[in-house]
Parts: sequence; C-alpha cells; structure tokens
Amino acid sequence: MESPIKTPEQIDALKGLLTPIVEREPGPVLLCLQAAQTHYGYVPDGAVAVIAEVCNVSRADVHGTFSYYSDLKKAPPPEISVRLCAAEACQAVGGRRLAAAWDEACAADPELAAATGTNEPVFCLGNCALGPAALVNDELIGNANVEALKSAIKAAQNAAETAL
Amino acid sequence: MTVWFVPRDAAALSVGANAVAAALEAQGEQVVRTGSRGLLWLEPLVERADSRNGTRVGWGNVQASDFASGDLTETAPNYLGVVEELDYLACQERWIYERVGITDPVDPEDYLSHGGMVGLQRALNLSPADVVTAVTASGLRGRGGAGFPTGIKWQTVAEQAAVPHKGDPIDAPRHKYICVNADEGDSGTFADRMLMEGDPFCLLEGMAIAAHAVGADRGMIYLRSEYPAAIAMMHEAIDKARDRGWLGQGIMGSTCNFDVTVRVGAGSYVCGEETAMLESLEGRRGTVRAKPPLPAIEGLFGTPTVINNVLTIASVPSILARGAEAYAALGQERSRGTQVFQLAGNIARGGIVEVAFGISAHELIFNLGQGTKSGRPLKAVQVGGPLGAYLTAESLQVPMAYEALAAEGAMLGHGGLVVFDDSVDMAEQARFAMEFCVEESCGKCTPCRIGAVRGVEVIDDLLASDTSTNAEQLLRDLCDVMTQGSLCAMGGLTPQPVLSALDQFPEDFKRSVSQSSDAVQGAVRE
Repeated sequence: MESPIKTPEQIDALKGLLTPIVEREPGPVLLCLQAAQTHYGYVPDGAVAVIAEVCNVSRADVHGTFSYYSDLKKAPPPEISVRLCAAEACQAVGGRRLAAAWDEACAADPELAAATGTNEPVFCLGNCALGPAALVNDELIGNANVEALKSAIKAAQNAAETAL
Repeated sequence: MTVWFVPRDAAALSVGANAVAAALEAQGEQVVRTGSRGLLWLEPLVERADSRNGTRVGWGNVQASDFASGDLTETAPNYLGVVEELDYLACQERWIYERVGITDPVDPEDYLSHGGMVGLQRALNLSPADVVTAVTASGLRGRGGAGFPTGIKWQTVAEQAAVPHKGDPIDAPRHKYICVNADEGDSGTFADRMLMEGDPFCLLEGMAIAAHAVGADRGMIYLRSEYPAAIAMMHEAIDKARDRGWLGQGIMGSTCNFDVTVRVGAGSYVCGEETAMLESLEGRRGTVRAKPPLPAIEGLFGTPTVINNVLTIASVPSILARGAEAYAALGQERSRGTQVFQLAGNIARGGIVEVAFGISAHELIFNLGQGTKSGRPLKAVQVGGPLGAYLTAESLQVPMAYEALAAEGAMLGHGGLVVFDDSVDMAEQARFAMEFCVEESCGKCTPCRIGAVRGVEVIDDLLASDTSTNAEQLLRDLCDVMTQGSLCAMGGLTPQPVLSALDQFPEDFKRSVSQSSDAVQGAVRE
C-alpha cells in the first residue's frame, strides 16, 4: 500500500500537524507518533523520518519509541476495532471462553472477520466487576457475549455511515 | 421538578446507562449525569431526588427498553430505597470517594457545594512545610502498590531546588513536577478510573495541594489509553478548573502557579512502574530506570518530581479538610486511613468499597460481595493485581493491610481483589502470570525478559511430565532468580502468583494442560 507521506506537500502537511506539539511540549516524540496515528489511523512509512526531523532526534530514537508501544500500528486498522479483555478478572468470568467463541464467530462469518480484523487482546479495561469486558472502537461493553459484540459492531458501522 | 441521576461512568455505560438517560430525557425529565456509586452489579443505577429533602432513592439494573419514568415506583421489583442506606454503602467510610456518584463530575458549582476546594484553601493558608507535616502526620502511604510514605516523598522533593530540564541551558526556566500515575493496568482494579470519571476535580485539587507543598509549577497525569472516557473527563475538568482559577497563574488568588496536562499511554503495562512512566512521559521506550537517582531528586526531564498514584493524591484534599488526626485514627499498624478496595472477577456484588484498613478479605468478599457470581464455591482470590499472590478460601481471614498481607507472603497492591470459583485451573493461572510477563516485560533486565519466557516453558514441562520434581525445582530456582535479580516489580513479583498457585494448589499442577483445560471447560458447560 502506498504511504500517504510521500510528496513534499504531504510531508509539509505532517510537519504542520506536528510543529505546534513540538513547540508546546517537552519530550514530544511519543506525542508526535500518537498524533500521526490519530491523523492517519496508523503510523505510515515516512512518518518516522519526519518526526525525527521536527523533534531534532535520530530516526533510531523515533523508531525505538514506535516499536515499543503496542498501541502504535504500522498498517491501517480494521474498519471496527474489537478488543477482548484477556486479564485475570475477566478470565474468572469466562473471558477465555468468550475469546474462543468470538474466534469461532469470525471464522464462520468472513464479512465480520474482514470488518474487525484480528482480535487484539487487551490486558484490563477497568470494568472488572462487570466482565467479560470488551472495547468496540471506543465503546466499553460489560457482561460481553458474542451477540452483544455483534450488535455493538453494527451500531458502530451505522454510526460511521451516518457520519459519511 | 423531579431530578434524576444517571451515572456516566464507563462501567455504567458498558451496561446501557446512556440509553437510560436518553429515555428519561425523551420523557421530558431533568437528568443529571454523575459518577458511579460503585455498586456495579446494580448498574445502571438510577436515582431520583426527593423534592422536599433531597434524599435520593434508587432503582437497580434499569434498562431503557423496559421503562417509562412512571414505571420507576416504590413498588417496582428493582426499587432499592434510599441509596445511602444500602448496606454496601452504609458501612463505608468515604474520604477519597466522598463525592463520587453524588455530584456531576464536571460541574464546579456542584464540587464546591459538596466540600470541594476546602482542602486546597486550607493548604494555601498554611506554609508549604506545614502541609507536608500534615500529610506525614496522616500516615498516608502510596496507594499504587509500593506503600511508600507520601509525606517523606514530598519532603524530599520540597528540599530540592527547581532546575531546568536536563539538556536545557542553565538559565532556562526551572521546574519541579507533580506526576500522577494513572496507568492503572492491574486487572481487578478500577478505582483510579472511577475517581477520574466521577470526581476529577478532586484529583486536580490534590495535585495543586502537592504543588504548593513542594514548590512545583507543573503537573502531568499519565493516563492509560484503555480508558477513553476518563481521558475525555480529565480534559474537560482541566479546562473548567482553568476557567475557575483553580489551575494556572496564582491559583485561588494565591502566589502559587501550577498547571496540569494529560499525557496518554500507548498500551504498555510496565509504564505503570514509576521510572518507566518517566521514560514514557519523556517520549521514549517505557523501560525501567535504575535507582538511584530517585525521581524525587532527579525525575521527569531531570527535575525533582513527586510521583503519586491517583488515589494517593486524591486522598490529600479530604485529609487537609477533615484533619490529619482523624485520618490517622483509622486503620491499623502502619496502614492508616482508608483504602479503596475493588471487588472484581467472579463476584456477586462487585464494586468499590472504601473502608479503613484492617477489614478482612472474607468480610469484603462474603459479607459485602456475597460470594461468587456463578454461585459455585470460591477457590482462590488474587489480591493486588497480576503480580499479586493467590489466596485460598481458607486464608481469607487475613486483615487487608500492608503489614498483615506481607506476613502472608501477599501484597495489597492497588487494592483489587479478583475472585475465582472452583472451575479455575490454577496451573493455567500460573502459566498466564509468566505469559503476561513475557508480553509486558520492558526487556531491560535479563531475569525478567528471559526468565518469563523460560518460566512458561518450565511450567509446560512440569504439566507435561509425570515425574515433575525436576521441573518443579527448576521453576522454583527460576522464580528465585527473577525475584532477587529483576530491576523492578514486573520481574520481581511475577513469581508471587506463580509460587502461591504452586504452593497452595499443587493438585492443579498434576494434570497436563490440555487435559485440565478440557476438564474445566467441561465442568463449566455442565
């Protein structure tokens, strides 16, 4: 896939996005990576070099930060992000079974699998008394089951369509 | 006019609180959005204020689909009566959580009319040294898990001179920082999140008191990305606090200048370790720093830095407002004041319980929590997050306090209790503790980075073999190396859940992984 940071205009646009952060905030590398991800949905090829330049650090420094954090992505995200809690409090109320059931549901429904990508486990969503917990985009789901996840995904898809 | 209260806490939203609020508003009712009372099994918990005396009565598990506001009557099956008289709340002593669930979290007027800013006002009338003395006298210790005395930490920072950021010219502006650790990654803990979503001004007030006490001019809140609702709430509260002069130049008309920003984490558990958090705040990989230098002397950007957990800082306003002696009168031994316990996992009545130290785990889980949610017998309780020990059903009489738990080889951590019923396979849990360490180790020190990988392998060997003595000895040796040789609590405490499972539930390690998993799943399906 072609990176959206290629032409001089595209590079300047990213610099325009990042420069105010660098001027305002000390230690801005992670903030710049997060800003790029918010803007593009992921951190595209070429972003690391631009961030290194505006922050006046080496590309290796930026790459080091980029590669450390699991939130920062190299590739565009799925249409809807689905994250099931894999930590102990949710394990205690069937989190492992839900994860297996969700994998089965995705295997049985290619459209669902395409829209949500791979389930990326997350360690704790802070909803530990109402588990299993899941996050569909930014919406927290309590007492989660496959049906609840599917309807949250439908709602997120409808919301995205309305926004268009 | 009748006023209704519907929580906007993420836990309440996760079970449909927004739809309930929308349904009430559609019927022309006045709705105030609050934090959650912490009775999470009853969410969405809707309250109505009595128009005469303001007493609030409630209904539990309200669903938008099944009511018109006229259905919420005192004869409805889900009617709870006066919310504050419910046993779960009546037994609590709320200091940190005094306003959570009651007020609109981002309404400054509501904050003031419920005792907000009294602590900061009182602190600003005292000298910085007297504020530190009060915090020391309260006996407050760090609620993030390490339990370090807060007053001593503040004293250390107060004694340091402000310095320019490391690498800046010598005549650059000089700073000290107040950093709040809101990277609440421990499973089974949600008290930081609920405080930030339910009473964010309390956290900001506590930070301002700390700033006055130690002479800091800047504050940062390191908030995990997994808490989008808390992030939005803190931003909104900071904007409103600036408008009111609670942050910024000359806070509350004093000479104290202090402002706060929020920085969001990026999915790394170990960034809850204070020095890894500093690295992350500085924009680098979240690896642990060797100590010394202590962050209190050379912390964020090389400046003297107070690093406190959300609950520690949020304790301070009420300590100043109600008096350090009253706070210190609660608790036992060197565990003074209140702790916000979080009942989580397989529990019938999960939620927030703020009480004095010394309550037993048994009382928390069986009297307040009413046992497992599944109704099956309780098998184990993990106290203090993924690095905490598993307790057996027989050992739950232990008082919940720093010293008493340490004597049991366990730790309080951030005050979370995760309950498991008898369908849990403790060998699987021990293996998970190592897997989690593999996933989240920052990689800086070898015992943690390599030890966790070998730990998973050795547990697999142990479970696969019939004569397991060798593998078991190897696992114990490995745990010893990790405990003694790791740079921080990540590698140093991962052996706690592993060894407590192995020591207390040896029978679970005598079956192979696949057999045990199948057996457990079979048991659950029945």
